[in-house]
Amino acid sequence: METTKLPPSSPSSPTTSFSVPSAEKVDGFPRRSMRRARQRRSHSSSQFRYQSSQVELTPLPLLKDAPVAELHDLFCKKLQQCCVLFDFLDCVADLKGKEIKRAALNELVESVATSRGVLIEPLYPEAIKMISVNIFRTLPPSENPEFDPEEDEPTLEASWPHLQLVYEFFLRFLESPDFQPSMAKRYVDQKFVLQLLELFDSEDPREREYLKTILHRVYGKLLGLRAYIRKQINNIFLRFIYETEHFNGVAELLEILGSIINGFALPLKAEHKQFLVRVLIPLHTAKSLSIFHAQLAYCVVQFMEKDATVTEYIIRGLLKYWPKTCTQKEVMFLGEIEEILDVIEPSQFIRVQEPLFKQIAACISSPHFQVAERALYFWNNEYILSLIEENCQVILPLVFATLYRVSKEHWNQTIVSLIYNVLKTFMEMNSKLFDDLTASYKVEKQKGRNRRLLSHVSDGIYSIIHHIIFHIVSMYCLGHPLNTDHGS
Amino acid sequence: MAGADGDDSLYPIAVLIDELRNEDVQLRLNSIKKLSTIALALGVERTRTELLPFLTDTIYDEDEVLLALAEQLGNFTMLVGGPEYVHCLLPPLESLATVEETVVRDKAVESLRKISQEHSPVDLEVHFEPLVKRLASGDWFTSRTSACGLFSVCYPRVSSTVKAEIRQHFRTLCSDDTPMVRRAAASKLGEFAKVLELDYVKSDIISLFTALASDEQDSVRLLAVEACVSIATLLPQEDLETLVMPTLRQAAEDKSWRVRYMVADKFSELQKAVGPEITKNDLVPAFQNLLKDCEAEVRAAAANKVKEFCENLPEDNREQIIMTHILPCVKELVSDTNQHVKSALASVIMGLSTILGKDNTIEHLLPLFLAQLKDECPEVRLNIISNLDCVNEVIGIRQLSQSLLPAIVELAEDAKWRVRLAIIEYMPLLAGQLGVEFFDEKLNTLCMAWLIDHVYAIREAATCNLMKLVEKFGAEWAQNTIVPKVLGMANDPNYLHRMTTLFCINVIVHCCGYPYREITTKQMLPVVLKMSNDQVANVRFNVAKSLQKIGPVLDSNALQTEVKPVLEKLASDTDMDVKYFAQEAISVLALA
Repeated sequence: METTKLPPSSPSSPTTSFSVPSAEKVDGFPRRSMRRARQRRSHSSSQFRYQSSQVELTPLPLLKDAPVAELHDLFCKKLQQCCVLFDFLDCVADLKGKEIKRAALNELVESVATSRGVLIEPLYPEAIKMISVNIFRTLPPSENPEFDPEEDEPTLEASWPHLQLVYEFFLRFLESPDFQPSMAKRYVDQKFVLQLLELFDSEDPREREYLKTILHRVYGKLLGLRAYIRKQINNIFLRFIYETEHFNGVAELLEILGSIINGFALPLKAEHKQFLVRVLIPLHTAKSLSIFHAQLAYCVVQFMEKDATVTEYIIRGLLKYWPKTCTQKEVMFLGEIEEILDVIEPSQFIRVQEPLFKQIAACISSPHFQVAERALYFWNNEYILSLIEENCQVILPLVFATLYRVSKEHWNQTIVSLIYNVLKTFMEMNSKLFDDLTASYKVEKQKGRNRRLLSHVSDGIYSIIHHIIFHIVSMYCLGHPLNTDHGS
Repeated sequence: MAGADGDDSLYPIAVLIDELRNEDVQLRLNSIKKLSTIALALGVERTRTELLPFLTDTIYDEDEVLLALAEQLGNFTMLVGGPEYVHCLLPPLESLATVEETVVRDKAVESLRKISQEHSPVDLEVHFEPLVKRLASGDWFTSRTSACGLFSVCYPRVSSTVKAEIRQHFRTLCSDDTPMVRRAAASKLGEFAKVLELDYVKSDIISLFTALASDEQDSVRLLAVEACVSIATLLPQEDLETLVMPTLRQAAEDKSWRVRYMVADKFSELQKAVGPEITKNDLVPAFQNLLKDCEAEVRAAAANKVKEFCENLPEDNREQIIMTHILPCVKELVSDTNQHVKSALASVIMGLSTILGKDNTIEHLLPLFLAQLKDECPEVRLNIISNLDCVNEVIGIRQLSQSLLPAIVELAEDAKWRVRLAIIEYMPLLAGQLGVEFFDEKLNTLCMAWLIDHVYAIREAATCNLMKLVEKFGAEWAQNTIVPKVLGMANDPNYLHRMTTLFCINVIVHCCGYPYREITTKQMLPVVLKMSNDQVANVRFNVAKSLQKIGPVLDSNALQTEVKPVLEKLASDTDMDVKYFAQEAISVLALA
């Protein structure tokens, strides 16, 4: 039986935890995106269009004044009333109706949150219908086609004043002590969950925050939907990685997964390992990695803490997708490697140390000082240092030449002094090995100088070989179709 | 492996093969790109028995290497011994068709499609079709998506039993559990329909099409719209109404804007595929709705199609349909809130004038053109101006010229230099349609003003524009209108403007050329020569460059007595660039 634990960060009331980034920056440079943000209107939502005819709302009596016998009936009427949608792009349209719906939603929220015995079976379909009608909609096209989640202000959902209350109601509904999963599962079904997951692409962070908490509750309470939810999240990620590279809710979904992974039973099922290898690791290739890297690294480390045998998959996977040109991502990868090494088992470390330290050596010789610096910081980590010390015989030869060369060549003084410290640490660890390596390095360097004289010759050699071979073979094949088809 | 057995002649090949295993990706990549050389040297037999198994085994590599490999293998038929042995290439390509990275997989599928043609019908059934089946029933979604692209290439050439199996596999993939596979199947549905027998199109394809078009994911539904075009083309007219139209109607009103966008985007193709009757009854109202859609994306896509849609309407009542159904929507779009919609419309609206004829254009379209010419968004105005030629043919441009002028002037002075640049590019076209008189009167000053713009790109474009104008209006016009103004700038206090004089002279000489030696010698040469005394070195070396261009037009007397001394003086200038260009001119003009 798998358990799920509430993520520590998931707020009980999302409204208070979220703050819109301040539009006023003190640096004096108006940011491109803000100018644009001011010019454009808030989101249009596609939902309003499907309201066939506008219904005039009339206020109903308050729930708290209703006699007990009529309470459920009134509750139901209010739910039905809240199914009416309003046009929020026209902010003065039907103000009276909007206010009636807002008040009704507020009452519903309060009633579900505070009074017991309200949620009886006949209300479930009505409540789920009200929620579906309000929140499920095709998200409108982004007003900014090159929306960059790091740079640009998100477009906010125009109908938020109502939408927020609907989400709040849904959350309270799920969290109510009266909530009966056995009744809810008839209405909160696979189709419902799929639509809920699609909403995670919303550009509005307030909406995603609610969705995160809600999905987590659904996962926690409706056990029958768990496998389905995991599978659909997989599909969303795979589409994000291999098809569109665009999905706004990756970080939120990963945050939920972080706590789901935490509850996985041991030994890990093949399905979960496959998720790690074929989804989580490839997620590192995304261009927008920086937006969800913290959550992703958390998931990866969770997997390792569950089952140490996945360590090798993880490290080799990261090495496979190591960024080749983006230094910002390289620094993130190094950060993740450090998080991994922090919890790695010594027996697993031995299995990956060789390829890993080759990559670390490559990072140390990066001309970008932040990359080199991040890699060298590993030697400040006591646990990592102890692992290095235990395996000094293997690791030192891998990194020695790089350290020695970079200490003489790097343009950045901080790097040079960090390297001196590392070299000093190694010298203290194993002075005999250190001296041997120093000596052989010098011999190699001399040889290298000689070889470099020859390398100019060998650079051209392959193209010459190619031509000679081709020439010879063509002569043999003269008149044979080969020589006409494969000229290069 | 090869070369290790002491055969000296293969030593260089051994080196290449060694590099296939090298740690450095770049070396492996280089070696893979020379795979044909390796195969050629090994000969067909060793390629089959040694090289291909080796490649199949070592397929776990960087995606970049795999991509190169997938591409190479598509051209390997001859290297393994011709069509008879082409099936040897299937195992490595099969593995490549299952990898995660989309570009590698797509390339492997492309190569498989290519070599499928080289299989004999028997080999296709014995080797190729089983591969397709294996892919189609693979565990992971990647192999199943790859399979979708392979059905249509083998279907036409296999026996009817195998055909039935293929259809069954395709059906299964269309209802696959993962949306990725359903998307792949939906995107190949049209292609597959084309190779099927008509009866099966009606029985199989239509039900798959209907199912995909009502998939729970909009990304699948929108791909079905694309397939709709091919399917509708295949079916006889009388079946369209029952088999295709219900689905198409539903797609045009889909709740997801992405699907409606797709319908708008494919509208002309759909229109041709379903024919004139259905167009009249169904597509006209659907198109009206798309033009009025609540999402700007959809409206813009539909607006882009306005002209094509109208052109393709059945001629007998085309005018009536446009006037009563389409034009009212178009009128609304002219004042749309979204600038992309307006500019999409502006790029095609002028085309309606040829369809509607002179009277309708003047009465109904002209007000719209004029409104768009005054639009706040420069792109809208530019799109109108850039399509003036269509209107010119129908009503003549005079109708517009009064409104055109303010629009042009405003664009010409726009604060954004890219807008100014865009309008300059239309000047020659405008000049041609408005005529010399109008141009001299209204636009000439603008063209001259651009020559002293503070952005170099604009001055450069203005110079180029002069050249085109001179080509249009002739050298005489140039002499009277352009040359005096250009030469006047030679005394400008700003050296950038003085250089512009030189640039303009270069292009004018280039256009007027030899027959107008008079203007060159009498008017322009003295100015250029005088500028050789300029204080700014940039001006002086541009004098040298100009003289090099003017030289061929001059007579030898002028060259010897006037140009040569100046160039010689510049050749001993203190500035090294001036010296360089002066010497270059001297040698080109053979004055040394």
